[in-house]
Amino acid sequence: MAQFRGVDYLLIDSMLSEEELLVRQSVRQFADAEVMPLIRDCYREGRFPTHLIPKLGELGYFGANLDAYGCAGMSSVEYGLLMQELERADSGLRSFCSVQGALVMYPILTYGSKEQKDQWMPRLRTGSAVGCFGLTEPGFGSNPAGMQTTARQDNGGWILNGEKTWITNGSAADIAVVWARTPDGIRGFLVEKGTPGFTSSDLHGKMSMRASVTSSLALADCRVPASAMLPGAKGLKGPLSCLTQARYGIGWGVIGAAMDCYETARQYSILRTQFDGKPIAAHQLVQEKLAWMITEITKAQLLALHCGRLKDQGKLDPAHVSMLKRNNVGMALECARLSRDLLGANGIMDEAPIMRHMCNLETVKTYEGTDHIHALVIGERVTGIAAYK
Amino acid sequence: MKILAAIKQVPARDSQLRVNDSGTWIEEPDTSEINEPDAYALEEALQLREKAGGEVVALCAGPESASQTIREALAKGADRAIHIEDDDLGRFDSLGIARILAAAAATEQPDLILTGLQSDDLGFGQTGVILAELLGMAHATIIMKVEPRGTGIRVKRELEDGWFQNTDLPLPAVLTIQSGINKLRYATLMGIKKAKLKEVRKLTASGLGVAVEPSVRLERVFMPQRTKQTRMIEGSVRDQAAALVEALRHEVRVL
Ligand SMILES: Cc1cc2nc3c(=O)[nH]c(=O)nc-3n(C[C@H](O)[C@H](O)[C@H](O)COP(=O)(O)OP(=O)(O)OC[C@H]3O[C@@H](n4cnc5c(N)ncnc54)[C@H](O)[C@@H]3O)c2cc1C
Repeated sequence: MAQFRGVDYLLIDSMLSEEELLVRQSVRQFADAEVMPLIRDCYREGRFPTHLIPKLGELGYFGANLDAYGCAGMSSVEYGLLMQELERADSGLRSFCSVQGALVMYPILTYGSKEQKDQWMPRLRTGSAVGCFGLTEPGFGSNPAGMQTTARQDNGGWILNGEKTWITNGSAADIAVVWARTPDGIRGFLVEKGTPGFTSSDLHGKMSMRASVTSSLALADCRVPASAMLPGAKGLKGPLSCLTQARYGIGWGVIGAAMDCYETARQYSILRTQFDGKPIAAHQLVQEKLAWMITEITKAQLLALHCGRLKDQGKLDPAHVSMLKRNNVGMALECARLSRDLLGANGIMDEAPIMRHMCNLETVKTYEGTDHIHALVIGERVTGIAAYK
Repeated sequence: MKILAAIKQVPARDSQLRVNDSGTWIEEPDTSEINEPDAYALEEALQLREKAGGEVVALCAGPESASQTIREALAKGADRAIHIEDDDLGRFDSLGIARILAAAAATEQPDLILTGLQSDDLGFGQTGVILAELLGMAHATIIMKVEPRGTGIRVKRELEDGWFQNTDLPLPAVLTIQSGINKLRYATLMGIKKAKLKEVRKLTASGLGVAVEPSVRLERVFMPQRTKQTRMIEGSVRDQAAALVEALRHEVRVL
């Protein structure tokens, strides 16, 4: 495939600043040169390209929108463009950065004590430490309020018991942000790798997010000091506020996956000939699919850009983010399916990136609030009636 | 060591080029990028600074939109920049551009000026060399490697047929850098943020006292014209063969 030059039907680039364009260009160069050549093998072999972690840190991709401890202090749109270019390579790479930044660094910076920040922020920023976020449990996915993991006070510390599952980077993490029920409501704890009673095991057999580590965490009478609790986070609001950050990034990220599928299909349809040597792109049915995709990608770009500007003005609320996440993930998944169709048999091979994106996007549709749950958030916003239960 | 890296913005490699209405140059392309060999010159400058200390100043003559390329240089680590802003540099020839750059460089007293060996758009390969002559500095072209050595530098030049030359130069000097000699760094997000705060000094050609008096003029820019001609070669078989070889060698240049 020819070098990726972006997808910009509606001159949306004209609404981006010089810095924003430079961020996108720089991440694009990195992804094209350092990730694209190896991502297919990583996906096949079911491994994350761990050798990239220090580089990702050096380039400022961890906690890029945070403005402390040497983080890059990117604007929301710059951060979004970073996510877009990473996910154009692979959702697993974007997930890694989402978890590290939005789900681990963000809560430590926002809710952590000075000691917690001093200890972890510099290491997480450079990638010398990896973090994970443990909210989901085997029995509680969409409804984390029901969680059964508990923390009880004992001898000036806390004792954690329970199981977390579907945890991105679980076994790779030096530090886990674990959410547990206390007599005081839900609280967050920083649990270090190797703490007695804390173990992890990887989930095998994934047909999606294969270039990302997903694990279960077990906490069996796991004792942590009092200083391990995040002092500023009380109740489910804590983890949910992290998810809002990560979902915002996903809303941008999936545009990248959609672009990669669309561009692959567009180029292919011009080169591939059938019936009297005519390019398949010359057929109206094929053009209609391309027209649908570019229109939906463009709408998704506008939605993301608008949400980004709102976020920087402090006006973006979680119900907005639900629309962004739900719409854009659905759009990307449909683009992947249509693009696969346009490549015919070639579309099912991992030579093309499309099936990989499609499979990844099935996870993205589910995690960080399923498509349904976000529909219910939007529904609640417009009716005033909560329909979750 | 104070190093100037002279960089130029050119149309991106696969951008759609359109000749302007007057047929004198191309319209401003949708996407531009740093001239490829200049990117390596900048990288070499940054690496030399890391080894020997000092300062890297990016020097760019170009339209307002070249600020994108300047910003990239600052984001990658140049300490500051000089932008000689001009929307119609086509009025100047290589000598004129070199005069502008020389006038700007003279305000800095650099130890070393690095630039690409040629530009991807015009491809004259002249600017760096003329710049050195105007400034009265030592110069060397098609540089593969630069090492500080005593009070001067040792460079490796690419010659033809896989031959190289290692030679010492005194400072100050001008080097024109070959593409691909080092690994280009990516601008870090922190670098991009910091670039906003770095100084960009704006100059103009007239402010530098450089007049427009080209001795070389670009007559016309046009897309390659495809023409098909058939020429019958007459004469004896021997003469025909000789004429054919002659034509293939000197006109078509395929032999
Ligand atoms: C690869 C991967 C990585 C992940 N990484 C993490 C991580 O790092 N940390 C973490 O904590 N979690 C992580 N998750 C878990 C993820 O957030 C959950 O899978 C998600 O919240 C959905 O929960 P569930 O799988 O239990 O599905 P369920 O909640 O059981 O949902 C199943 C189906 O029922 C529907 N449903 C449920 N309730 C309702 C309702 N009220 N109304 C309508 N429909 C409903 C859902 O929409 C869905 O279609 C990850 C998941 C995957 C696949």
